[in-house]
Amino acid sequence: MFGTYLRRELLNRRKQTIIISIGMALAIGLVILVNSFSAGVQNAQASVLQSVYGVGTDITISQAATPPTAGATGGGQQGFAFGSGDGASTGGTTNLSQSRLTSTPTQTVFDATQLATVQAVSGVAAATGTLSLENVTFSGQIPQRGTGASGTGGTRTGGAAPSTAAPTGGADGAGGSAFNLNRFSVLGLDPSGDSVGPLSAVTLADGRLLSAADAGTDNAVLDANYATSASLATGGTIAIAGTTFTIVGTVSSSGSDSATAANVYIPLDVAQTLSTNTGKISNIYVQASSSSAVDQLQTTLKAALPTATVDTQADLAATVSGSLSTASTLVSNLGTWLSILVLAAAFLIAILFTISGVTRRTREFGTLKAIGWSNRRIVGQVAGESVVQGLIGGVIGIAVGIAGIVVVNIISPTLSGSASTAGGVGGAARRAAGAAAGGGTTPGGEGGGFGQRAAGGGGFGAAAQQAATTVTLHAPFTIEIVLIAVGLAILGGLLAGAFGGWRAARLRPAEALRSVG
Amino acid sequence: MYQLTNVTKTYNATKRKVTALDDVTLTIQDGEMVAIQGPTGGGKSTLLQMLGALDRPTSGDVTLGASMLSKLGDHKLAEIRAKEIGFVFQGFNLIPTLTAEENVETALAPLGVSGSERRTRARDALASVGLSDRFTHLPAELSGGQQQRVAIARALVKRPEVLLADEPTGSLDEETRDEIMELLEGFWREQGLTLIIVTHDTAVARRAGRRLHIKAGKVREV
Ligand SMILES: Nc1ncnc2c1ncn2[C@@H]1O[C@H](COP(=O)(O)OP(=O)(O)OP(=O)(O)O)[C@@H](O)[C@H]1O
Ligand SMILES: [Mg+2]
Repeated sequence: MFGTYLRRELLNRRKQTIIISIGMALAIGLVILVNSFSAGVQNAQASVLQSVYGVGTDITISQAATPPTAGATGGGQQGFAFGSGDGASTGGTTNLSQSRLTSTPTQTVFDATQLATVQAVSGVAAATGTLSLENVTFSGQIPQRGTGASGTGGTRTGGAAPSTAAPTGGADGAGGSAFNLNRFSVLGLDPSGDSVGPLSAVTLADGRLLSAADAGTDNAVLDANYATSASLATGGTIAIAGTTFTIVGTVSSSGSDSATAANVYIPLDVAQTLSTNTGKISNIYVQASSSSAVDQLQTTLKAALPTATVDTQADLAATVSGSLSTASTLVSNLGTWLSILVLAAAFLIAILFTISGVTRRTREFGTLKAIGWSNRRIVGQVAGESVVQGLIGGVIGIAVGIAGIVVVNIISPTLSGSASTAGGVGGAARRAAGAAAGGGTTPGGEGGGFGQRAAGGGGFGAAAQQAATTVTLHAPFTIEIVLIAVGLAILGGLLAGAFGGWRAARLRPAEALRSVG
Repeated sequence: MYQLTNVTKTYNATKRKVTALDDVTLTIQDGEMVAIQGPTGGGKSTLLQMLGALDRPTSGDVTLGASMLSKLGDHKLAEIRAKEIGFVFQGFNLIPTLTAEENVETALAPLGVSGSERRTRARDALASVGLSDRFTHLPAELSGGQQQRVAIARALVKRPEVLLADEPTGSLDEETRDEIMELLEGFWREQGLTLIIVTHDTAVARRAGRRLHIKAGKVREV
C-alpha cells in the first residue's frame, strides 16, 4: 500500500514533485560542483607543495632568516672581486668569471646536530636535513685599454656606488664590456634517503637518482625543466662554485607542470664543503609516524627547538600564493556560502511545499484516519513522499553536478601557485628565470668591483621566487561526493517530511466529515 | 451495542462556547438500522463522531461493545476504527490519486492484510457494489453514484460491526439515492450490521426501523 500510494501521489501530483525535486537538484548539483572544485584546488595546492616538500613530509623545520641590516658589511662577503691577474686576455679582451656558492639569502643555516635532536623526538618516523644554497656566477668581458686601466686596476669589493676611479667616464666607459650574472639554486641533501624530503615526490626523467654511494662525490641531479632551459643533459657537466659536477640524472615533479624544489641536487657533504657550511643544514623534513599526531608533534618539536620555525603541511598550504590561493579562498568562502544558501533555500522550498501539500490534503488524511490509519502510518507516508522527492532531486542533482564537473574539466583552468615565502623554506619552486634578470645589471666600471649587497640580492631572490608553478585544475569526481549528495537529498527529504508529517499528525480524524467538495 | 451516557460535547468557537451535544443518553442495539434527522447545526455529525470513535465527548461515556471509546487513547481509537467501524461520507472522500481498487485497499492496510489478499478482497467488495468493470478507474473517472459505491465497498471490505453514514445520498440525484439506499439496506440485512444514517431526507429516514431527531444538541425518538 505504502509503495502504491507513494507512487500514485508522486505521479499524479507532478507539479509539487517537480518543484521540490528541481530545487533539491540545483542545490545538490551546486554542492557537488563546489565540493569537487574545492577538492581540485586542494589537489593543486598539494601538488605544488609536494613538488617542493616531498610527499611524505608532514613537518618542515627551518630557522627564520635574520633580516640583513642596511649597508651591512655582508655585502663584502657577497661581492665578486677581480684582481688584475684574474681573467684571461685574448685579442684585447679580458674574460672574467667567478662563481660562488652561498646559502640562500632568506635562509639561516643551523647546526646539523639539530637533525639528531629531531630524530630523537618520539612520533618522528623519519627526518632528513638539507642545505639550501644558491650558485651565482658572474662573468664578463672587458676590452683592454691603454695604460693603467688593466695593469693597475684596483680591486674593489662591497656594494660601492658606481666607480669614481674609472679612468674613462661617461657612457662609453664600459663600451665593449659584457657582463652576465647567472644564478641557480642548489640543494644539498642526504643522497641515501629518499623516503622523506624534496626528492620523495619527484619522477625520474632521465639517468638515476643520487644514492648512498654518491656521498662525497661531485655528482649532481638536475631539475628537468632547469636542465632544458640551461641546455644541460644527463652525462654532461655543470660547474658549481668552480667545481665541475657530473650530471647523473634529471627529475621532474610528479604533479604536472610543477617545478621541483631546486634546480640542482648534490650530496649534502659536498654542498657543505663547497659553501663552507661544514656541519650546517638549513632545513629539516620530518615525517610523522601517525598522520593524526602531526599537530601534537609540531608542538613537541617547537619545544625541542625553541628558535626554529616548525611548519606543518597545513601551515605550508596557507603559504601557497598566486591564483591558486585566490581560487582556494573563492571556493572556501563564496562557494561554501553559496552552497549553504542554495541548500537552505531548497530545504525551505521542500518544507513549505510539503506543508502546503499536507494542508491541501486535509480531508484526504482525515478520511484515512477515520478509516483506521494510525498517525504513524500517515506520517510515514508523508515522509516517504518527501524522501523520494529528495532522492529524485539528488539523482538529478548528481547529473547536474557531473555536468558541471565535466564542463570545469573541459575548460581546465590553469592556476599558478608559488610555494615559496620569506621565512618559509626558501629556494623552493625556484626557477632559472631569475638568471635572466642578471643580464640587466650595470657594472660599476671597468676593472672595478661589482658589489651585490645582501639587501640588493633580495631583489633577485624575490624575482626568482615569484616564478610561479602552474597547475591545471582538475575537478575530481569521487564516490564520497555522491554519498554526500545522497545524504543531503535524504536529509532534505526527511526535514520536509518531518514538518509535513508533524502537520499531518495534528489533523483531527473528524476533518473527514467536514467541508464537502 | 452502543451505550451513550450523559454525553455532552462542547466546542470552543472563537466567540462563544457551542454545545453540540447536550447530555445525551442513548442505547443502540447491534443490528439496528437508525436514521438521524434534524436541522442543520443540530449536532448530527457531532453525534456520529462520538459513535465513530473520531472524537471524545467533553463529558459522559460512550461504549461500543466492551470498549469505552470516551476513555481510550488516539492509537487505540484508530485501531477500533480500523477493525469495527465503516464510514460513508456525503462527499465520498475517495483518495483522488488512487484507483477504485486501491481506494478500497486503503481500508485493509492498517489491518495487516497481505498484498494479494488485499487485492482479492478489494475486488470482491467492488463486485458486490456492482463495479466489477471499474477496478482501475480513478475517482475523477467515475460518476457520483459510482464513487459512493466505491466508498461503500471501502467501508464494508473489512467486515465491520458498524456502518456509519453522514448524508450518504446528500450529493446524489433521486434515482441514484434510491440505488445507494437499497445497496446499504441490502448489506445491513445480509451482514447483520448496525447501520446508522444521518440524513435530511425523510424518504431515506422512513426506511429505517428507528428514527432519532437532534435539535440544539438534544436527542429525541421520533
Ligand atoms: N470543530 C468545531 N469547532 C467549533 N464548533 C463546531 C465544530 N464542529 C461543529 N461545531 C458546531 O457544533 C454544532 C453542531 O455541529 P454539527 O456539525 O454536529 O451539525 P450537523 O447537525 O451535522 O449540521 P449539518 O446538517 O449542517 O451537517 C454547530 O453549531 C457547529 O457550528
Ligand atoms: Mg453534519
